[in-house]
Amino acid sequence: MLPVGVEHYLVVAALLLVLGVFGIFLNRRNVIIMLMSIELILLAANLNLVAFSAVLQDLVGQVFVMFTLTVAAAEAAIGLAIVVIYFRNRGSIQVEDVNLMKG
Amino acid sequence: MIAAAAFYVFAAILLVSAAMVVSARNPVHSVLFLILAFFNAAGLFLIAGAEFLAMILVIVYVGAVAVLFLFVVMMLDIDFVALRTGFQRYLPVGLAVGVVLMVELALVVGGWRVLPEVAARRFAPVTPGLHNTAQLGDLIYTDYIFLFQAAGLVLLVAMIGAIVLTLRDRQGSRRQSIRVQVGRNMAETLELVDVPLGAGMTAVGIRRPPPAVADAGVAEVPAHAAAHGHAAVTEH
Repeated sequence: MLPVGVEHYLVVAALLLVLGVFGIFLNRRNVIIMLMSIELILLAANLNLVAFSAVLQDLVGQVFVMFTLTVAAAEAAIGLAIVVIYFRNRGSIQVEDVNLMKG
Repeated sequence: MIAAAAFYVFAAILLVSAAMVVSARNPVHSVLFLILAFFNAAGLFLIAGAEFLAMILVIVYVGAVAVLFLFVVMMLDIDFVALRTGFQRYLPVGLAVGVVLMVELALVVGGWRVLPEVAARRFAPVTPGLHNTAQLGDLIYTDYIFLFQAAGLVLLVAMIGAIVLTLRDRQGSRRQSIRVQVGRNMAETLELVDVPLGAGMTAVGIRRPPPAVADAGVAEVPAHAAAHGHAAVTEH
């Protein structure tokens, strides 16, 4: 069981999620930091899943965290690959320029 | 008691380093703070009893994902000062969204309760006495085997996708072409010359093939041979 209440975990995860969303808005130009903020958001979700898995003594939450980790790793790899080819084409990673394809 | 104190320490460092991730001036510092955040999140996982996931978090995130970020940040030659120019402009809207989200989450955290019959509805109750990794293994390889395989498939698709996205054909690169290699015959590639005794190469009229001809395809081979005076041999 948890040494502290599950609410503590929920508060930490909520603050982490807010920080991640805040980071996405704050770094609108730097897509790498935006990807890191997405990682923070996914980490907050994982923290909630693990906390509830511990307090309810149910292991499915931890199984689900494993799959979330898989998807997060795949997302980071694909996102960084897109960043690399975007930088190769444009010479910068300013994501405000991405709407060039609108024509 | 010690575990509770450790929880507060880990949580405080996690939140501070997460704040530094989104606000650091240098993206390399951001990545390093991200690594610190993952370590402390692994500590929180350990306190919650999820030992296997804590180790997986350290291995996968710190060992793979954060290093991937670090590679990309250091590999791309980016003017990071120019990327910071919108910082002040987006600060108010970011703060507004953050505060709204915070209030909503506070409502959720303050208002939820556990149903009394939830203990009877668990999917996979924890077996006392068996450690966390063994229990997770029992679950993953039996009940969740298809999801596990699907997760492997996701990773495979991501790997192939990343390779396909970043692979590029450079002009000067030499690549093996099986078609050209198999299509060669002796008449196109080998030339037998009677060399008089004591005559140099220039006297016979043979020079080394020009080095500029890089990747000669099948279509170029006759022209290549014709430069050596072989046009009649390559006709058939």
